[in-house]
Amino acid sequence: MTRHNVAVLLAVGLSAATLGACRKKPEPAPEPTVVAVADNGASQRRADSLAAESARRRADSLATARDASTGGTDAQRVQTVLRQTLSQVVYFDYDKDQLRDDARVALDGKAAILVANPAVTLVITGHTDEQGTAEYNLALGQRRAAQVKRYLVSKGVQDGRLSAQSLGDSQPAVQGTDEASYQQNRRAEFEASNASGALARPRS
Amino acid sequence: MVLIMTIRRALGALLLLSAPLAAQDTTRGVRIGLTYDPGSKPGVVVLPGKGAGADSVRAIVQRDLDFGDRISVIVLDADALNAASRAALPSWTVLAKLGAAAAVQVTPTSTGLHLAVYDVVKQTTVLIRDYVAPPISQMRGWRAVVHGLSDDLEESLTGTRGIARTRVLFARANRLWAVDSDGELLVPVAEMGTPLSAAWHPSGTEITYSTLIPSQIVVKNLQSGSARTVAGGSGVFISPIFTPDGSSVVYGHGVDDGVDLYIAPVTGGGGRQLSVGRGSDNVSPSFSPDGRRIAFMSGRAGHPEIYTMDADGTNVDLLTPLEFGENAHRAAPDWSPDGGSVAFHSKIGATFQIMTISLRDRGLKQLTSDGRNEDASWAPDGRHLTFTSNRSGTKQLWVLDANTGRARQLTHGAGEARNPAWSPRLSSN
Repeated sequence: MTRHNVAVLLAVGLSAATLGACRKKPEPAPEPTVVAVADNGASQRRADSLAAESARRRADSLATARDASTGGTDAQRVQTVLRQTLSQVVYFDYDKDQLRDDARVALDGKAAILVANPAVTLVITGHTDEQGTAEYNLALGQRRAAQVKRYLVSKGVQDGRLSAQSLGDSQPAVQGTDEASYQQNRRAEFEASNASGALARPRS
Repeated sequence: MVLIMTIRRALGALLLLSAPLAAQDTTRGVRIGLTYDPGSKPGVVVLPGKGAGADSVRAIVQRDLDFGDRISVIVLDADALNAASRAALPSWTVLAKLGAAAAVQVTPTSTGLHLAVYDVVKQTTVLIRDYVAPPISQMRGWRAVVHGLSDDLEESLTGTRGIARTRVLFARANRLWAVDSDGELLVPVAEMGTPLSAAWHPSGTEITYSTLIPSQIVVKNLQSGSARTVAGGSGVFISPIFTPDGSSVVYGHGVDDGVDLYIAPVTGGGGRQLSVGRGSDNVSPSFSPDGRRIAFMSGRAGHPEIYTMDADGTNVDLLTPLEFGENAHRAAPDWSPDGGSVAFHSKIGATFQIMTISLRDRGLKQLTSDGRNEDASWAPDGRHLTFTSNRSGTKQLWVLDANTGRARQLTHGAGEARNPAWSPRLSSN
């Protein structure tokens, strides 16, 4: 494990989900990097990033609220944050399988936890928006899942613990035919298995 | 039925014609040498028949001939209907005035249907044929015989066989459905595992389709209902079609490194890779009618375009003219039954439209412009296509006559219809 991974994990997971004891306000999440390319897609990509970011923040705040209402020990809260980091959805640009910066940040957090927990396996499921044919979207979803898997392998997770699958456009996260809905649906979802229960924290 | 000629229009058309010419019988098939203007469609009156079910037969035949787009169905008004049903034989003068080149009468019999075709100009009976049909209560079998009769009629009147006795497969609400060519008799044909895209066996008795959960390729016999998996495992298995000889399926499969086309015998026994996509997506195969080439969609240029290759995966050619930029997106190729062109959909502006590209000169034709139109599938006559369109609000199947641009809505149910596949001409149901 690299120092970098831990730092990212802390930035993404721990700070955003508020470890109750320290009563610190969540730090604002980093703005997504927007590559300044002078084409028509730039503003769209920026909008996409912002939509993804806002969805993530919403999910984080919901998790925070849930934690506050259920109480629990610090150890339980850490487990919650680790689980959330593993299952956090990553988003893609239209018709693309390339990982955006926000996706890489999220995946770095997952990789650190997976490296620290060699018994955990992860199913990666690629999804698409409804644009294009069902067949094309199934292939695109598979490419997205495979791209995520490759990235996690490059960060030290064993190939055999990761499986990539696609559900194409068959299971949208949200209904709707506007761009904001489409962005929510261009995603990879994660399901972690863990036979032994508690997750180890990534070591520094 | 918007384009059915009314009597007034038919009479108007008749007045415009200085002298009807005898259309040359130049096409193949059994054909009656009708007399009508060669630049127009022959006018045909379907006379009322007598007996139980006669009105149903007449309504179905009229609609089949109309949907075929090669015949002008002349609809009789109430007075003409009365006169015709009183007379033992049609009045040639009246029929000629209506612009009819032929009159048709179908009479239910104890064993099926009796067809009589009259040449209005020669004032004679030109065709008599009896059809064995199950009782009308056995809807599926009975309608199939009526549709077959319509196709015989169209062939004898115009030289080209109709497509009434065909069905269209499509996906809706996690099931596969089949619907008759006239939009009637919608039946579910597969529901296990979220079936997605389907294709017909050349015999019309089997289908192949992919399912999502688990991802696999299935072959199902529509008569016995038995289904078997011919390919499956980890990764995706999508867009299967049968080879033209029916012995194998070609489908898309990929795990971690793009999706490539594979071929596997229908009896099972493992797939062999055909395309070499090097990490790109290669899906939606469609065979040329002679079985020598396969059209498919590939993302190997960075965005989806239509390619062709030999049936063994060699000699890959880009078919659609390469467009640069992120917006280009051509997908879902379907090779026409005459072999001369490939239909596909292309991103135009913010939406998708159905186009064809000629194999001879790569000439492009845009066939749709109303709403978002995707996933074209040719009818066996090579003239009609079915595709999905949201022009009526929700995504439904539509049928287009590529010659005239006339379109009709095929499905009307709730939920989005997707991935239509038009059957070959069917001889049994």
